[in-house]
Amino acid sequence: MEFESMSAAQIRASIIKGEFTASDIAEYFLKQAKAENSRLNCIISFGDSYAARAAENISQKIAAGLAPGKLAGVPIVIKDNLITKDLRTTCASHILEDFIPPYNATVIESLLKQDAIIIGKANMDEFGMGSSNEHSYFGRVPNPIDPEYVPGGSSGGSACAVASGLAPLALGSDTGGSVRQPASFCGIVGLKPSYGAVSRYGLVAFGSSFDQIGPMARTVEDCAILFSVICKHDPRDSTSANYVRPDYLEALKGRKKFSIGIPREYMAEGIDGEVLKAVQDAIEKAEGQGHEITEISLPHTKQSIAAYYTIANSEASSNLSRFDGVRYGYRSTAIDDLAEMYIRTRSAGFGAEVKRRIMLGTYSLSTGYYDEYYLKAAKVREIIRDDFDKAFNEVDLIITPTSPTTAFKLGEKIDNPLGMYLSDIYTVSASLAGLPAISIPCGKDNKGLPIGLQIIGKMFREDEILNLAYNLEREIGYNLKQ
Amino acid sequence: MNEYEIIIGLEIHVQLQTETKIFCGCKNDYEAGPNTNSCPVCLGMPGALPVLNRKAVELACRFILAVGGEINTRSIFARKNYFYPDLPKGYQISQHERPLGKGGVIRIESGEGNSEIMLQGIHLEEDAGKSFHLADSSNIDFNRCGTPLLEIVTMPVIRSAQEAYLFLHRIRQIVQYLEISSGDMEKGALRCDANVSLRREGQHEYGIRTELKNMNSIRGVEKALSYEIERQISLLEQGGFVLQETRLWDESKGRTATMRTKEESPDYRYFPEPDLQPLELSGAWLEDIMQGLPELPHQKIDRFVREYQIPPYDAGVLTSTRQLADYFEETAGLCGKPKQASNWIMTEIMKIMKDAKTAPEELNIPPRNLAELINSIENGTISGKIAKDIVVEMAASGKTPGEIIGARGLEQITDKKVIEQAVEQVLSENAENLKRYFDGQQQLFGYFVGQVMMKTEGKANPHLVNKILKDKLNGR
Ligand SMILES: [Zn+2]
Repeated sequence: MEFESMSAAQIRASIIKGEFTASDIAEYFLKQAKAENSRLNCIISFGDSYAARAAENISQKIAAGLAPGKLAGVPIVIKDNLITKDLRTTCASHILEDFIPPYNATVIESLLKQDAIIIGKANMDEFGMGSSNEHSYFGRVPNPIDPEYVPGGSSGGSACAVASGLAPLALGSDTGGSVRQPASFCGIVGLKPSYGAVSRYGLVAFGSSFDQIGPMARTVEDCAILFSVICKHDPRDSTSANYVRPDYLEALKGRKKFSIGIPREYMAEGIDGEVLKAVQDAIEKAEGQGHEITEISLPHTKQSIAAYYTIANSEASSNLSRFDGVRYGYRSTAIDDLAEMYIRTRSAGFGAEVKRRIMLGTYSLSTGYYDEYYLKAAKVREIIRDDFDKAFNEVDLIITPTSPTTAFKLGEKIDNPLGMYLSDIYTVSASLAGLPAISIPCGKDNKGLPIGLQIIGKMFREDEILNLAYNLEREIGYNLKQ
Repeated sequence: MNEYEIIIGLEIHVQLQTETKIFCGCKNDYEAGPNTNSCPVCLGMPGALPVLNRKAVELACRFILAVGGEINTRSIFARKNYFYPDLPKGYQISQHERPLGKGGVIRIESGEGNSEIMLQGIHLEEDAGKSFHLADSSNIDFNRCGTPLLEIVTMPVIRSAQEAYLFLHRIRQIVQYLEISSGDMEKGALRCDANVSLRREGQHEYGIRTELKNMNSIRGVEKALSYEIERQISLLEQGGFVLQETRLWDESKGRTATMRTKEESPDYRYFPEPDLQPLELSGAWLEDIMQGLPELPHQKIDRFVREYQIPPYDAGVLTSTRQLADYFEETAGLCGKPKQASNWIMTEIMKIMKDAKTAPEELNIPPRNLAELINSIENGTISGKIAKDIVVEMAASGKTPGEIIGARGLEQITDKKVIEQAVEQVLSENAENLKRYFDGQQQLFGYFVGQVMMKTEGKANPHLVNKILKDKLNGR
């Protein structure tokens, strides 16, 4: 049996049955990841001690006759902007190159409690800023289907690792599409939860009012398993929502009938013909499953990119102020005074894209520009929320493409930041509204590159999204190996 | 010389006495060893998030409600962005557009009568750490980082340095009354920045103002303002003009100096704090706080004047702390003689407290003992003079006046025969002086009284001594 083709559920079952030990699995995946990483570069740091400890815990539990956790023995890759105690957490930045945190993110604690095997920390766009994983201090990551292409970003390392079989599961984070877009580019499943569904404690902030940690997996079922482990109220995060979470595995069962909206603004200009066709085919299949399809309108979609980048960069400019060389992280030594310490540390510590966004965000918040930029964007955000509220009065779920194109070539958009930003057009709206959205594979283009389909749901209705995604996944029968 | 109107506004920061910090679980105690009370949240580690301490909100609401301010039942936290090594996140979590409170009035009393200082905004924020510099290194202690602060901003309605002084005094008194802060300015629990401008009498618009920082005592604020007012007047009188700038008060040199000009002042880029939800407060919760509010200093002053018929000045002294006011009220109630109680407390008792550096509640003289002492004078058991000795012993031993009087035999002598005897004795022993008295030196009467008191070890009733002595002298 090939470990790398096993699902999370299968791995756990095989360990409980005694077919393999957790350390067999841990050692195999670590060895494989290390071997593959010279080619893929999707892991920044390996989690040997985490993996060994988890394997040991599982053996002890089994020996003691206790039920091991929900993710017992399941290898997982963690985006490197999630804080892991005693394990280097870099955010793919020079400024945190040697940062070893003394605490854990809440999601990491949840994973450890469920006996997951942390294989390593995934490469990413520095601080989550990018859509191609090209903005990493630790180098770029290839698309596993064709190394000439980008894996998407910012959770590019996580997506690449899962698509390459380095682990069945990964955690990414999504601010404006950073889980969904790389999932789409790499042909895997990626869920951006509702804002407040998953604790942000220990997620290094980019755009605090957007950021959500999201599960990435090869199948919807694995995605649901991981989501059920991390979706919890957390008193350490004031924006964490306190509500009763349904059983997300139960939610997969049966074929619920939904009213599905197709926003006309998404299926219009700018979309690649092959992407459009694949999504339309999937919509037809959904109709065939008995769902009711309606055309809807999200009239302010065009304004979403500007609003999103204005607010996210404003928040980022403030969030990244803490990286000042005073308490931790990189500090320039060629300094004579305080101002110079800040300037040199931050100039050398941050990459070009991060600095661009800090400058844009700082500008948007400055006296004299605040009303014109930040405040106006905040108003647009409210309008976009209203658009969705109206739409969800009529429909249960919304289907769109995840990205207007399939993966683009490495270097293709690196000197065209605006072009790069515009490729987030289909993902940022749900982020602005805080709504949950998943990307599942729905086909390939003529180059063999995966196409992603996005399902957006009502606030905290990941159960509905997962049910539709699960049924569509089976119908579409998409398989990377085909 | 022109007449100028002085316009002063104050910005006050009060550290709130909570168990833990405002956004994390660390102990709110910055006198512990450096950085011992710190955690990922207050150190601004990546990924750490703030969680608001409800107790800090409660203490802040106590103040706002006590001064008659209005509470925004939905207030918003904001980030104030600036770089400084003792500010770990590169921003301070504060409030800006929708603060917790607004308005409210602080009454102060001065020689010229009472005045009311209107407040503008009142909000919650977090304190920063503390930098200290050694010979070869700069160090930061983050223990103070995250201490809850209440910021109180006045309207520009303060008209003199003296008024600012009285206002700060009253603020300190109020926060102590409300038990929300030590109010200790020397320790930084109360801090004050000021802005001041002048305008010619009759002029409508305000003049250019300067901001003053670095005052470490209430007296320092008064001195800095006095200096700055004089500086601005002399500038204007010489035909110059005031620059809009921030100036630092130098206590040792007794003057202010430019810290930064308007152009150099930072743009704080306020925006709503996305890590915290808007703070929503229920009417019922606020009502509970309202019910638990104590009487404020100015209310006590008014009541003492009305109820106990004591002068406003005395009432002001007696209400300087809640404990002293309670001490007075209990004593006055027990002896039924508020004026005497007030006199005794304002003189002897306050002197004893000052010398021993004790608070009223730690004093060895409980109100009932002081009341007993006052009654002993009133009913003639002891003289006022002896009472002053007794009170010192009361403070030292904790004994009641009765115990001391009994043990030392200090009861006043009211037996006429005993006093007559003493008078006779004194007159016969002082034939010389007696002759001079009758020759016209009437002031020797006092000398004879003193001699009689000495003979009776000060215990003779002075009224009787006077009367008997007069009779005897007239009879000769
Ligand atoms: Zn702390």
